[in-house]
Amino acid sequence: MTMTRPRLRQGPRGGGNWLLLIPAIALLAIVLGVPLVENVVRSFQTPFGTTGVTFDNYVRIFTVPSTLTILLRTLIAAIIVTVVALVFGYPYAYLMTRVGPRARGLMLTIVLIPFWTSALARNFAWIILLGNHAPVQQFFAFFGNPNVVLYGTAGGVILAMSQVLLPFMVLPLYASLGGIDRRLLLAARGLGSSPLVAFWRIYWPLSRTGVASGLILVFTLACGFYVTPALVGSPQQSLVAQLLGQETNQLLDFAGAGALGTFILIVTLALVAWANRVGGSINAIGAVSVEGRK
Amino acid sequence: MTSLENIETRAVPAVRGPRRAQRPVDAVPAWLTIIGIIVALFLVLPTLIVIPMSFSESTTFQFPPVGFTWHLYSNFFTNPAWLQSLGNSVLVAALTAVVATLCGTAAALGLNRLHGRAANAIRTLLMIPLVTPAIVVATAVYITFLQWHLTGTLIGFVLAHTAISLPFVLVNVTAALGSLDPVLLRASTSLGAPPSRTFLRVTAPLISRGILTGAIFAFITSFDEVVIAVFIHSPTFQTLPVQMYNSVTSEIDPTISAASSLIVVVVTLAFLAPQVFRRKKKPALKSPAAATAP
Repeated sequence: MTMTRPRLRQGPRGGGNWLLLIPAIALLAIVLGVPLVENVVRSFQTPFGTTGVTFDNYVRIFTVPSTLTILLRTLIAAIIVTVVALVFGYPYAYLMTRVGPRARGLMLTIVLIPFWTSALARNFAWIILLGNHAPVQQFFAFFGNPNVVLYGTAGGVILAMSQVLLPFMVLPLYASLGGIDRRLLLAARGLGSSPLVAFWRIYWPLSRTGVASGLILVFTLACGFYVTPALVGSPQQSLVAQLLGQETNQLLDFAGAGALGTFILIVTLALVAWANRVGGSINAIGAVSVEGRK
Repeated sequence: MTSLENIETRAVPAVRGPRRAQRPVDAVPAWLTIIGIIVALFLVLPTLIVIPMSFSESTTFQFPPVGFTWHLYSNFFTNPAWLQSLGNSVLVAALTAVVATLCGTAAALGLNRLHGRAANAIRTLLMIPLVTPAIVVATAVYITFLQWHLTGTLIGFVLAHTAISLPFVLVNVTAALGSLDPVLLRASTSLGAPPSRTFLRVTAPLISRGILTGAIFAFITSFDEVVIAVFIHSPTFQTLPVQMYNSVTSEIDPTISAASSLIVVVVTLAFLAPQVFRRKKKPALKSPAAATAP
């Protein structure tokens, strides 16, 4: 069986399988590969396109004070968004593994609908919510702070991003928590440990791969997120994605944009590679979103 | 899964004695259910605010909606700028779905039968568009497409959207191929069918659901895509998300409320429809499994 199966599945022409890959690889190479490589090449050129290699564009990322401020603000925003998503997403994903199939289907739908609803519709909703006299302000006024205006601030961007990116935390977490054998937890309880200790010593360590992939996925997305800061935020409190857009669109500093883009890409891919090693977040997202449609 | 949980909750208290038997030892605590409901509301409620806003008579995005009018909807379906953007979006998304499904399905079929380090590397490489920050792709593709004169063209939009939709087709078709019983393929081959016939008569019908799901994912991905579209659009060719983006950033056009509401309603219905159908089928599907589990 094991001897014959690979041969038969491979078919009579083994090389034919590689030919099937050509359209996809060619398309990605031309549409994404070429622009990204050109981006890297540009990042080592001087802004005026004279010949020679320079590292100036990279040096500028870490020496220009305004850029450094934006990088730091992005880092802090991404950390807060990631922590909020974990605090909200973990109990939700855990509850999904505990309820009956019908409630689980409903909870999965609740996560997947925003996952597939236009990002613009959801961010537009936050523009309304964060405005003057809008629900968020009324919420703070209820607690005695009537003058909180989050529209155009980093705080508003963080609040909106936490909601927009929450599904990306729940989905990998649910994939991971669903695979934990709850009888281990019951065994710990049966042997006399309290619910909290049983959770901390048994359940949490088993869920760490899902937590790690969810954390890294949300953090990565938050670092490079463009729509929410561009719509809900303001140029005065911009995040790094807005800066990259500005350099490309308005300042036409293609060399600087090349360096900044390459920097963001390298950080992202490094984090994703790490996530893949600990938990396989890319496949978790794919698998769960497929399951939701079955 | 459910039958196992039932056994646990019934069996464990019996060992624990009569006092504990009143309350199942592994019950979901009430506070967790409450947190779950709060998170569910946080996921769903904010976006729904676009619906009351879409009937407002106000010409700004100011929160409490004023009066009641269908004006924004009639503007959405009569204003050429909105209609044309909608038409472009549908056209781009449909073409993207076709191209991405063809390339992605071919790649999934090839990869399914390939093993080894090279195949694994390509598998990872094809998933990279899923995790590359949209703004990095958008800025790089924009500068390259400027040189290729592809900005503001149908083919430019389709190429860029196909590249980012490929992973979704790949994931769905790969999942369908994974659940395909290789014995069926062997049976077909041993009965004398050539590979092409085996594919058309056995493989294709069995994975058609995965292919269709992949095509739907590609369509939605393209239809929703904002960031690349904002960069590569031109005044003469833009998609619906670009029109929505501009109606917030450059012109204050409340028609976006109507557009957002329509998207939210359509996506929600698309998700709830299969849920309703699935529920009707459930008892028939579940009874044999429930009978064999204990």
